[in-house]
Amino acid sequence: MWLWFYKLASPPYAYTVAGKLRPWLLWSAIVLMIVAAYGGLVIAPPDYQQKDAFRIIYVHVPAATMSLSVYVVLAVAAGIGVIWRIKLAHAVAAACAPIGAWFTVLALATGSIWGKPMWGTWWEWDPRLTSELIQLFLYLGYMALRSSFDDTQRADRASAILAIVGVVNVPVVKYSVIWWNSLHQGPSISKLGAPSITSDMLWPLLTMMLAFMLYFAAVLCDRIRSEILKRERNASWLSGVMSTRAAEA
Amino acid sequence: MTEFLHMGGYAGYVWSCYGLTLVVLLGNLWFARRELDNQVLRATRRAQVSTASGSETTSGKAS
Repeated sequence: MWLWFYKLASPPYAYTVAGKLRPWLLWSAIVLMIVAAYGGLVIAPPDYQQKDAFRIIYVHVPAATMSLSVYVVLAVAAGIGVIWRIKLAHAVAAACAPIGAWFTVLALATGSIWGKPMWGTWWEWDPRLTSELIQLFLYLGYMALRSSFDDTQRADRASAILAIVGVVNVPVVKYSVIWWNSLHQGPSISKLGAPSITSDMLWPLLTMMLAFMLYFAAVLCDRIRSEILKRERNASWLSGVMSTRAAEA
Repeated sequence: MTEFLHMGGYAGYVWSCYGLTLVVLLGNLWFARRELDNQVLRATRRAQVSTASGSETTSGKAS
């Protein structure tokens, strides 16, 4: 197990593994998304209060969940990179940022479109909405900080500190609807054992969340490979791999 | 079918959310792929240059 872990942390091995995993992750994500969209749009009954508008939940909640989970992955990877000085961990952290930022944009945009018919407003300076906006700025700040360094190692260390400090915002977003009096509705599924929605509404949501995770993993594979190529530009294994590729082509 | 597309009067809101999600997911995938293709291309060029100039010459004459 540990041996495998060490092996995976080596850039050439990770590069190959990510390339092999990607199609499996992507295709399972696509299949699950189609199933979940069918479940959410066709099978699930309309909500008794929100009618058919509630169906936005099947894209909004997975996007919002991913905006937080991706950040946790980013921060943990950055932390591992700082503590154990593993280059690949920094590469993973850097690879997470643009994907997470897109999920956050999606969560904010779909939330805004959902807010209009339900709350009568596109935007409100509400705790949940404001903290999610801060989440977006954290991603953007992380990326801006990285790009402000020419030296990759310094960029890794400085951005890792920002990433780790920024993690405090994750519980703020998550519990904002409980801690403060928010316009945003409370959680629908976190009450394990007794979720407050019916199973016909629940399974498409859980399926969509799983699909989003697989999709994230698939995109992450591509981004990690790009990061590895950028960082290992002078490594001999790389020129070996690339010249064989060029010879084959 | 019309009823399904109508979404109980919320068609504009529901379908714009799903459309937007599709666009963002595809865009994200495409950006990542394009970046990877870019990096692969660069790395391949570097490899070709280094094999052409021979591995002994370490001076940075590349590109």
